[in-house]
Amino acid sequence: MQGDACSHAAAATWKQTAPGSYGKCQSGDSSAGSLSLLRRPAGGSWEFGSCFWSLGQAELVPWAMTNDLDIFVGNTTLIDEEVYQLWLDGYSVSDAVSLRLRSGILEQTGATVDVLQSDTMDHYRTFHMLERLLHTPSKLIHQLHFQIPPSRQAMLIERYYAFDEAFVREVLGKKLSKGTKKDLDDVSTKTSITLKSCRRQFDNFKRVFKVVEEMRGSLVENIQQHFLLSDRLARDYAAIVFFANSRFETGKKKLQFLTFEDFAYCAEQMIQNWTLGAVDSNVDDMDVDLDKEFLQELKELKVLIADKDLLDLHKSLVCTSLRGKISVYNEMEANFKNLSRALVNMASKLIHTKDVRDFFIDLVEKFIEPCKSDKWTLNDVRLFLTQYTTSAHNLDAFRHQALWDRYMSTIKSCLLKMYHD
Amino acid sequence: MPGKLKVKIVAGRHLPVMDRASDLTDAFVEVKFGNTTFKTDVYPKSLNPQWNSEWFKFEVDDEDLQDEPLQITVLDHDTYSANDAIGKVYIDIDPLLYSEAATVISGWFPIYDTIHGIRGEINVVVKVDLFNDLNRFRQSSCGVKFFCTTSIPKCYRAVVIHGFVEELVVNEDPEYQWIDRIRTPRASNEARQRLISLMSGELQRKIGLKVLEMRGNAVVGYLQCFDLEGESGLVVRAIGTVCTLDKISNTAFLPACNSPSKEMKEIPFNEDPNPNTHSSGPSTPLKNQTYSFSPSKSYSRQSSSSDTDLSLTPKTGMGSGSAGKEGGPFKALLRQQTQTALEQREFPFFTLTAFPPGFLVHVGGVVSARSVKLLDRIHNPDEPETRDAWWAEIRQEIKSHAKALGCHAVVGYSESTSICEEVCILSASGTAAVLNPRFLQDGTMEGCLEQRLSWQPGFFSIGSEKGEVDFFPQNQDSSSLLGIEETSPPGCGFCHIPYDELNMPFPAHLTYCYNCRKQKVPDVLFTTIDLPAEAMVIGKGCLIQARLCRLKKKAQAEANATSISNLLPFMEYEVHTQLMNKLKLKGMNALFGLRIQITVGENMLMGLASATGVYLTALPTPGGIQIAGKTPNDGAYEQHVSHMQKKINDTIAKNKELYEINPPEIPEEIIGSPFPEPRQRSRLLRSQSESSDEVMELDLSHGKKDAFVLEIDDTDAMEDVHSLLTDVPPPPGFYSCNTEIMPGINNWTSDIQMFTSVRVSRLSNINLTNQTLNKNFNDLCENLLKSLYFKLRSMIPCCLCHVNFTVALPEDEVIQITVTAVAITFDKNQALQTSKVPAEKTLQRASTDNEEQLQFPLELCSDPLVSQPFSPAKEVLENASSHTGIPAAQRATSVDYSSFADRCNSWIELIKLKAQTIRRGSIKTTASLDKASPLAEGHLRHRSVPPCTNSTVSVVKMTPLSFIPGAKITKYLGIINMFFIRETTSLREEGGVSGFLHAFIAEVFAMVRAHVAALGGNAVVSYIMKQCVFMENPNKNQAQCLINVSGDAVIVVRESELEMVPVQPSAAVSQPASAGDVTT
Repeated sequence: MQGDACSHAAAATWKQTAPGSYGKCQSGDSSAGSLSLLRRPAGGSWEFGSCFWSLGQAELVPWAMTNDLDIFVGNTTLIDEEVYQLWLDGYSVSDAVSLRLRSGILEQTGATVDVLQSDTMDHYRTFHMLERLLHTPSKLIHQLHFQIPPSRQAMLIERYYAFDEAFVREVLGKKLSKGTKKDLDDVSTKTSITLKSCRRQFDNFKRVFKVVEEMRGSLVENIQQHFLLSDRLARDYAAIVFFANSRFETGKKKLQFLTFEDFAYCAEQMIQNWTLGAVDSNVDDMDVDLDKEFLQELKELKVLIADKDLLDLHKSLVCTSLRGKISVYNEMEANFKNLSRALVNMASKLIHTKDVRDFFIDLVEKFIEPCKSDKWTLNDVRLFLTQYTTSAHNLDAFRHQALWDRYMSTIKSCLLKMYHD
Repeated sequence: MPGKLKVKIVAGRHLPVMDRASDLTDAFVEVKFGNTTFKTDVYPKSLNPQWNSEWFKFEVDDEDLQDEPLQITVLDHDTYSANDAIGKVYIDIDPLLYSEAATVISGWFPIYDTIHGIRGEINVVVKVDLFNDLNRFRQSSCGVKFFCTTSIPKCYRAVVIHGFVEELVVNEDPEYQWIDRIRTPRASNEARQRLISLMSGELQRKIGLKVLEMRGNAVVGYLQCFDLEGESGLVVRAIGTVCTLDKISNTAFLPACNSPSKEMKEIPFNEDPNPNTHSSGPSTPLKNQTYSFSPSKSYSRQSSSSDTDLSLTPKTGMGSGSAGKEGGPFKALLRQQTQTALEQREFPFFTLTAFPPGFLVHVGGVVSARSVKLLDRIHNPDEPETRDAWWAEIRQEIKSHAKALGCHAVVGYSESTSICEEVCILSASGTAAVLNPRFLQDGTMEGCLEQRLSWQPGFFSIGSEKGEVDFFPQNQDSSSLLGIEETSPPGCGFCHIPYDELNMPFPAHLTYCYNCRKQKVPDVLFTTIDLPAEAMVIGKGCLIQARLCRLKKKAQAEANATSISNLLPFMEYEVHTQLMNKLKLKGMNALFGLRIQITVGENMLMGLASATGVYLTALPTPGGIQIAGKTPNDGAYEQHVSHMQKKINDTIAKNKELYEINPPEIPEEIIGSPFPEPRQRSRLLRSQSESSDEVMELDLSHGKKDAFVLEIDDTDAMEDVHSLLTDVPPPPGFYSCNTEIMPGINNWTSDIQMFTSVRVSRLSNINLTNQTLNKNFNDLCENLLKSLYFKLRSMIPCCLCHVNFTVALPEDEVIQITVTAVAITFDKNQALQTSKVPAEKTLQRASTDNEEQLQFPLELCSDPLVSQPFSPAKEVLENASSHTGIPAAQRATSVDYSSFADRCNSWIELIKLKAQTIRRGSIKTTASLDKASPLAEGHLRHRSVPPCTNSTVSVVKMTPLSFIPGAKITKYLGIINMFFIRETTSLREEGGVSGFLHAFIAEVFAMVRAHVAALGGNAVVSYIMKQCVFMENPNKNQAQCLINVSGDAVIVVRESELEMVPVQPSAAVSQPASAGDVTT
């Protein structure tokens, strides 16, 4: 049905080709939101639209006058950051008005409710018109339609592409597909972020993903160039794209203690060390896909646990150097083989997509949890991992030093980042 | 004389997807001028095509060049079916036809479609080669410059102000042609847009021919309007003021002036109340001035000028020696002369609202005329005689009213119409005035130079002293002027009555001028012009509006016209009373920029008058408002009345405080005996002409000073009083006015925001009575203002300038209000400081009125840099600095800093710049460090911007004012006059009426900006939205809107940038010194 088309098609193109979807983005907090326009009752007052466009004003002006049309257009487009945030957060006009009321703005300015209502609607209209341009920020910069000072443009873009921590944790690593989009109402309920805002954030992820997915060059730079985001936000998006591409599992209960920042850091480490871009800077998808050859080679590390002598030697080297320096020496000594096995086994299995997805679960289950249960401090972990990595270089029989470093440096960074409550 | 038009299509961007299958577009471009069309190649499968076409060349007559717009159509190529149009761009190539305006039009234009709005952009380059370089504009009106600005444009000097020019052309409206029934809405809209574009081109060309006939070279205050008369056709009419302008070249610097003192003595009109006009001395260093300064000589030259030109019959010995303390006989003589001069012209009208100092001698008051006409089909478009005759009738009326007020000219003149079905109200209004004849002829317009300078926005820094600054430079030339200063102080001359006090055209209450105490002044003054720069004002001004609705029966044709013309005088009367009441309530005594708009609808008439109230020091303090009850014996009633009286008194007191109106107390006896016949009520004098014309003269007599009585004799009156008190003052930090600048605020920052706001309100479910209507209308306007204040709150402290309300009644019970204005922020701290100045000034004026004024500047002249000729300026400087507390050292530097800043060719400019520097120094002493190295600053600014600012879109400022605060206009690029139609058949999907119109107005702004940018400009001044006709049909999900905007495209340079240029202080010192030597 047409309704499906509406929610399936990339929002940007749909909007350009069919103005009929106008009401879509305004429609509010219900799962049926995206279809509201199409299901609009014949009478012409639609579910969500009525609160947005001026039809609903009568109740605020109890006497005879109703303002059919009420607009304000400045030569320089007037942008109220506060209202912009409310809009981004997906509030309907009436909700936004009541939120603004609560902020005490009327007392400060001596305005009346209908002034506030009219102001809010004006801004919402402007934002709605700007939204199309925000989908391709370079258009916003070059368009002639709205005169907006560059600093304002940057603010508009940055805020539009900003996302909520709670939301991103729900979606991180999931396939950015229709299916996921359909589940957004659950996400909305769970995170108490409005569905509209969830949709915007999801669409942003997807849009960025689609644009940079197949592109050469640095992921962060590509995002920055195409979406004109700040360095920080571009890095976050790089992580989101990277996670979405490899579909890392991040939603399991065991992983709940990890923040987006943790993941973003890990993603950055992995992008820097484990992708094609780390070795060759001129290939497609260089930052998005893991280096298959590298993953293949990781199997070679197995020798570290398969060869008993090597394992023992490794253990003794680590134990010697850590004696007296680490608070959990006994536990470490007892657990060494298990930990080493876990780390090396993970390496050797990474060639399988499924194991890549479980990468973080494995890290937590096989390394972080045992350590935590033995009450290792962060410093203990750091000392152990450092020694564990460097000691391997002293194993004469072990010939994959470079490979080992490429693997372990990232693992170490990730683990250290993730080792917290 | 033919010309060659060359067009190149470079590229497109952001085109819409025309092929759904590929999500791409195969675009090509058709370039059409007249009947010739060229096409570019198809650029396949791209939304950002790069055509990079050859130069398309059109060889055309210059008549066509003036009339025709260049039409660029972007299409999507379709192999199997008809090509789809993406949109169009119309480019008016008129700016390329002036010698000094733009030379090339090049830039990105939004591609506009009347159904879809803006759809991508196209990069176009347009050039014109006019053949026959020598004398190339003589044969046609190509070279005539047009300005919307209603004052002498900033970088020009008026050599002669010739007078009024008007023209109109009519045609059938394509929307009402039979073919419209079978063509698409798009085709119909495009036909209309094209026709109107053609008509305005033709109109402009015809006006140009008249200008050349009058030996002018420019039209200032050009106002072009469309009357959409529906079935009966389409009228495009324009009025303007013909001038001969001279470009002021900034580089020309001549150190000396030609013996000014000698000339000063020769000046005939010593009695002229404003010595500013005697400005020949320092301000004439322009090389290209060939005329003589001797007045008598120029008169004789004048006499030999052509008949169309205004010529003063040379009267021997006129002026010279006629100066004397007795102004009476001289005044008569002066009037006689100027009258003869002006009477030779058909209509001595001027569309200007601001004038060179000294141009306005006296102001009589507002004159207006209205006429109700029934429209009939225009049968022969080539002979628009009916419409011409209608306007001629009205203008005649205006002329005779002016004469009745003892005035020979009308300034601030404008015309408007309101059409409903087949009834049309034609209105004209202006301000009757006596003008200085010297400005109306060749050779004596140096004053204009000052005018230009004094209007530089930066000059406002010393604003309230403007008057002073204006005339000091003259003082420096000839000390004898101080005598004149004593006899006729500036800033009040224009208030003096032009009519004979013994034979007044209407009963008025006159007193001696509170400023000079030599001449009579009325107690209230209404005008349609801007506040003259030299006027002395106390406190700040404020927007005053009178709003009124009157129900009328629905009727047809004649009956309808009759009932309307019967209602008109009552409306005028009531509007006037309301204005007067509100003015008194504000404690003010004069209105400027008065604009009364009467709108006719199916079943009602609406009146909206807007003006800026001020307190003129020359006029008497307004009395309060007294309420008189009708039944004096009723105790409760009495109490009610006294309660109300108290409320009114409180409001007046509050307003006085709010607007800082604190006139010095002057004992009655000094002023002289006031006239003995106090009048109790305002009266309206109305003259009824034989046709259905209704005319009003605003009565200036409003009763005895402290007894302006409002009688409450019925509920209506009660309502009136209530409504008086319901007007809420703007929130703190906000001021508003409908004139160019706000008296009392001088230190504008460069932060401006021009906006348009539209509201349409439906009066549903109310029993329509005059009272409820009035209340609703009043609320609508007040709410709209409140909404503006709220929206612009981030700009506080700020002033809404040039607030322009337009009322339309598109259907039964629907009111549409359109407001365009500009919000300008100002520096609050300085505002407070300078606001004290006027009060002190007046005090000082009052005390020094005898003669000590001369000493004041001299004793303050302590700075070694500033030699004698600077003394007058110094006073200003000292004055300003004493209020702002700048240390003397800084002052000294500021002097040399500024003196060479602009290669000044006049003293005034020096003073102005100095004043500016002072302001800057005083506001931001801390910031001055950063400013020390402007280059570094610029660099920094560049680097700090976010990565996404590699924008190619240049900023274009827009303002309804004739200037951009904090910036200087360096070049006028031509007039912008654009007409757009937008229609939709999916109203709901576009966000309803609000969404539709919001997008459209934003698009209009965008297209204006794009055209200005393509001309190489960065601002639009005197911007006006002349028409915004909105129609909707919600049932059919359709709406249509027509917008007509105009303005002057200009290049402005920020003043801070101007000052960066000269950086050698040593040269600066020498310059003023040498100049000074010559002068003394």
